[in-house]
Amino acid sequence: MIIVDKLYKGFNGIQVLKGISTTFKPGKTSLIIGQSGSGKTVFLKSLIGLHTPESGTISFNGGINTEFTTEQKRQWRQEIGMVFQGSALFDSQTVQDNVMFPLKMFKKQSEEQMLERVNFVLKRVNLENSNFKFPAELSGGMQKRVAIARAIVMNPKYLFCDEPNSGLDPNTAILIDNLIQEITDEYKITTVINTHDMNSVMQIGDKIVFLKDGVKAWEGTNKEIFKTDNEAVVKFVYSSELFKKVRLTYLNETK
Amino acid sequence: MAYLKHIGKYFMMLSQVFKRPQKGRVFKEALFKEFDELGIKSIGIVIFISFFIGGVIALQTALNIENPLIPKYLVGFATKRSVILEFAPTFCSIILAGKVGSYITSSIGSMRVSEQIDALEVMGINSLNYLVLPKVLATVFFYPFLVVLAMFLGIFGGWVAGFTSSMFSEIDYTQGLQLDFNPFLVQYAIIKTLIFAFLIATVPSYHGYYVKGGSIAVGKASTQAVVWTIILIVISNYFLTQLLLT
Repeated sequence: MIIVDKLYKGFNGIQVLKGISTTFKPGKTSLIIGQSGSGKTVFLKSLIGLHTPESGTISFNGGINTEFTTEQKRQWRQEIGMVFQGSALFDSQTVQDNVMFPLKMFKKQSEEQMLERVNFVLKRVNLENSNFKFPAELSGGMQKRVAIARAIVMNPKYLFCDEPNSGLDPNTAILIDNLIQEITDEYKITTVINTHDMNSVMQIGDKIVFLKDGVKAWEGTNKEIFKTDNEAVVKFVYSSELFKKVRLTYLNETK
Repeated sequence: MAYLKHIGKYFMMLSQVFKRPQKGRVFKEALFKEFDELGIKSIGIVIFISFFIGGVIALQTALNIENPLIPKYLVGFATKRSVILEFAPTFCSIILAGKVGSYITSSIGSMRVSEQIDALEVMGINSLNYLVLPKVLATVFFYPFLVVLAMFLGIFGGWVAGFTSSMFSEIDYTQGLQLDFNPFLVQYAIIKTLIFAFLIATVPSYHGYYVKGGSIAVGKASTQAVVWTIILIVISNYFLTQLLLT
């Protein structure tokens, strides 16, 4: 479980995160949503330790990440899987080498054992015959799946995804959403996703945290978001006519 | 003040670079890759340039000796001295700063802007150590060989120039080469090369690693890296010469 307590972070005198507190539970997919500039990426990067908070704490199963010893930090890093917005695959390495990279760095396994694990995760993300392709030879959706495979190859306890659907067609976006949801359920991972995609919000949001101007303006489930009367959430989530209708239909059906 | 900040940041970067690699096998792979990228792939340009520059030095020297009292073997002597003292270590390093420096900055810079460095950090990998240390070792161990190769080819280029132009004889040229040979000058050239190789690997790495923005920023950083590496090579060349030869 991840517990965030009164998190503050700023850059060059501009406060980006203003006292965010929330909890992310294992086996659940939590989404962070909000307008561009609301602090989502800074929040996610603080969670994974790329930004150090000015004040406040982030605890992972009881341990506060900024207080970890070097060895604890090393261990914690290996428990984290991250899917970056642009996939962040190593251009000069094949799909197989990309996915095998964390194993090579941290596991004392033979080449065969590592290869077996790589093939297993590639099969899990439906990329069985792409071992020797380079990232540049893959479509955006395939790159995202390789990034997911690399993120889960070490059996992480925590999975973080920064806009996993950006730049993907609706079909592929749903596939990626479902894949993340399945992996989260299967391995009881604590998954946190940063997204703009309202389909994801409706489909896989076990918990949704809405950020506005660096403040947690609302949190709830994907069922509760239909019923909320929080003005900022309604304005953001139901900005399109389609989602307004979806909401209306849901509210009429559940009356 | 900005320069001081950069200098401080550069040395802080070095403190992260010179740490024990996290995994020997992965480090070895990266090191051999860099030997190929930064060393083997630079052999062609070094051969090409050193051969022709050696020829030009010999021809220029021969053309400028008009006084019949000056012996013709001076052409071989001057070519040897010019190639060993300056051309091979300094000129080749400047060429390599352009070729290799821009490659290092753009490759590390692209990794920065496409979040590949963030991905390494999230995995718990010391990205500076993983990316920069193999480059430093590859250049520092390989470039002395390149410079020695450049010395031989430069001198050979001078010999070929004399042979094809008939401006000086093979015997005179060889006599000049053998005249007053001081092995310390080769040592001096190699010491300089080690320092230049270190600068060629670390200065462009610094510019690439701390780049902010997109592809245009990476392009600008590459240019800046090459310019600064050349400036530092020229300045250090002056001080090393003063330190080692006076």
